[in-house]
Amino acid sequence: MQPSHLKPEDFARYPPEARGLVVAHLDAIRQLPLSFLPNLLREAIDYDFKFPAERSAIERELAVIGSLPPAERDDWFHDFAEIALSPGLERLDWVNQPARFGEQESAYLWTTHQQDAFREAAMQYGARLLAAAPPSPPSVPRLGIAVIGQGVEAYDQPLFRDLRAHGTYFSHLNPENGLQILLTAAGERAKTYPAPYGHWYVDGGEAAEHSALLTCVSYKALGGARAALLKNMQAEIRRPGMGPEELRTHLAELKPADLGMENAGDPVLERFQLKILTEGSGTQIFSTTFAQWSAREALRRAQPVTLLVRFAPRQRQRPMSELLSDSGAKPELDLMGSLVDGEMGAYYHWINQQRLPGASQSVFLAWFEDHPEAVVVSPSLPHGVESTSPIDLGKLLHLALS
Amino acid sequence: MNDILPNTNAAGGRSTEALLSPREIARRLSLSRREFLRGATGAALGSALSGASPFMYGEGTRRKRKAIVITFGGGARDQETFAPQGQENIPHLLNELAPQSSFFTHVTNQGILGHYVATASLATGVYETLNNFAAVPPDHPTVFEYFRKDLRRPASDAWVVAPSNGFNRIGESDCRSYGTGLGATVILPKHLLKAASSGSGLNLDHLLLDNYENPLYTPTLEGGEFELSQLNRILRLSVDDFMAHARTLSSPDELSVYIARRLMQQEAPSLLWITMHDMDIAHSGAYSLYIEGIRRTDRLCGELWKAVQSEPEYKDNTTLFILPDFGRDADYDAGGNGFQHHRTGDAASRTTWMMALGQGVRGGVIYDQPMQSIDLVPSLGALMGFSPELAQGKPIKELS
Repeated sequence: MQPSHLKPEDFARYPPEARGLVVAHLDAIRQLPLSFLPNLLREAIDYDFKFPAERSAIERELAVIGSLPPAERDDWFHDFAEIALSPGLERLDWVNQPARFGEQESAYLWTTHQQDAFREAAMQYGARLLAAAPPSPPSVPRLGIAVIGQGVEAYDQPLFRDLRAHGTYFSHLNPENGLQILLTAAGERAKTYPAPYGHWYVDGGEAAEHSALLTCVSYKALGGARAALLKNMQAEIRRPGMGPEELRTHLAELKPADLGMENAGDPVLERFQLKILTEGSGTQIFSTTFAQWSAREALRRAQPVTLLVRFAPRQRQRPMSELLSDSGAKPELDLMGSLVDGEMGAYYHWINQQRLPGASQSVFLAWFEDHPEAVVVSPSLPHGVESTSPIDLGKLLHLALS
Repeated sequence: MNDILPNTNAAGGRSTEALLSPREIARRLSLSRREFLRGATGAALGSALSGASPFMYGEGTRRKRKAIVITFGGGARDQETFAPQGQENIPHLLNELAPQSSFFTHVTNQGILGHYVATASLATGVYETLNNFAAVPPDHPTVFEYFRKDLRRPASDAWVVAPSNGFNRIGESDCRSYGTGLGATVILPKHLLKAASSGSGLNLDHLLLDNYENPLYTPTLEGGEFELSQLNRILRLSVDDFMAHARTLSSPDELSVYIARRLMQQEAPSLLWITMHDMDIAHSGAYSLYIEGIRRTDRLCGELWKAVQSEPEYKDNTTLFILPDFGRDADYDAGGNGFQHHRTGDAASRTTWMMALGQGVRGGVIYDQPMQSIDLVPSLGALMGFSPELAQGKPIKELS
């Protein structure tokens, strides 16, 4: 089917709000090329389970597309229209399975050497959309906090190497009650600047005591879902005819209830957590990957104004010699490796935060837990310098946000 | 301090990169490698050199010539290797091998960025489009087929040591018009390990993961691979000895290098292709494990080069090529997640390097003109005297 043939009843299987949104913009949607449209529907079909920032973005995008005069619309989508698709792709039920279409389209673009053209078209479209409807800056400067190195007693290598050039490195912090101070500050911000899904706490281990106003995701709390997912995957893999694409499709179709996740009464957050586990590579196995990917996805999707991520030790990767000796020992934790993972995770946290509106006013703090080392990126602090002044984390946050 | 460091904010730093075209980013990537290498090793810039090609050999010399190709499945980016902050991870490549190498700083892969299909493309000289996760042969003749057919070499003269089941068909193409039975024998050390440990009760599931790109799917083996029964007949290695040695090793790549060295001692093939994959654990998202993989690969490359020097069959007549199959996504590409994957098709994921050293190669020289990864097969052809007629790459003139 081609987009021009779409009718309102084609979206009958969409959740109610998603169906209403798409049908309201059907005239514009019909004009879009097939290489592009399912990628838009992939977002729209989950509209009922999207964060407020995502819903605004989809509404904005559809409004912009709908407002384009025909000539301008043709210009915007010309490069997408030039992408040649196979008859097989055109026959797919891309209305109801846009994610599946997206995967198969991606594979097709790679094999036909059209991936670069598609990528270029997508980047150009993104830039035009941004210019046509720039997102609003946050109501308060964004604050990102990464806490890394839990449990590490000593580390003699330089930390935060990638971040130091962008901020001030503090080498004589007073680390006392550091985590508590940071969590309290995050809770205070949630109270002062209330916003649904606006203030987050991600923990790669067990969540520490925190304000109920924070949206919290933790590796420990999802232990049951992780185990259920791995069991589910193992069962699927054993099925005849199962291949990587089929498995991905299966995972994409899982619902929170399939992994026993429907307890908290927050379907939006449940869907978010489900996707972290089913779409994130390594999130089921390594807590550091879970924390990093959760932070990335929270920033990309919910665009919180406060995000505190605490990395916890992940399990150690056992070398071949140990596996072959079958010592039967339980997996140990890799404290040093987790610190290195967390250091890169903090850097990516900052990069992802800087992709959001208001980047020039954003503040970022990365702290080596229970140690006197931190780096702060803030418009109020110089870049590429070291401070040896003694200061506690509360005062440091105040300084960074002032 | 602020006067020394550019005092740009994050958005400024990113937008600078975002404004550059992919070609310019790729050029800068290779320039940064060249400058670093030149500073670190005192190497000369190749374009400044003149004179005849180092490969000025008659047929008599060619008959004895051997080539070993090492590819990395899962490229390592500049910042973890040749850039200043990465140099601590590659002491062997940098200090031992680079100074005696012709180093090509700007190698692009314009094909599909999956490890099996990309390695198959390296081996055929054509950007293959096969399913990356299926054990299917390449569509075009492989370097092994050109080598054996043109030079009338026996099967024992061309071997592949590869990490996962998906690679078991890489030794010979599906190109029936070219001929059959002319490929390389493929050894899959992990497959051997699984067979050898069968019934032992050991849980090796994690170790035997077929690959890190799609860790839950293992293609079924179908012909072409080296069987356990051949361990003793060809490698003079009992299953017990194989297992005993495996117990001393830390990773699948170490096992691959062990098998490769055994092959060199017992069969002394003239064309040996080894692919390493430990660093591709980056797909799990654990940065420290990715770095560990790079460091191990660096050490193993050094060990293989030492093995070449210590084996009489190889010393002074072997050319070694080392190259990643491609790169990994850049930190700043919003479509990816930095080092973890190679899915964006950005310049960092398509741009890599190649090192050639040994017999007939000018050492300590850096070439920064662009080349493609599919140029490897025609270059091997020029080096060894066979004609890869269906390959689409071009011989690298500095090596031919």
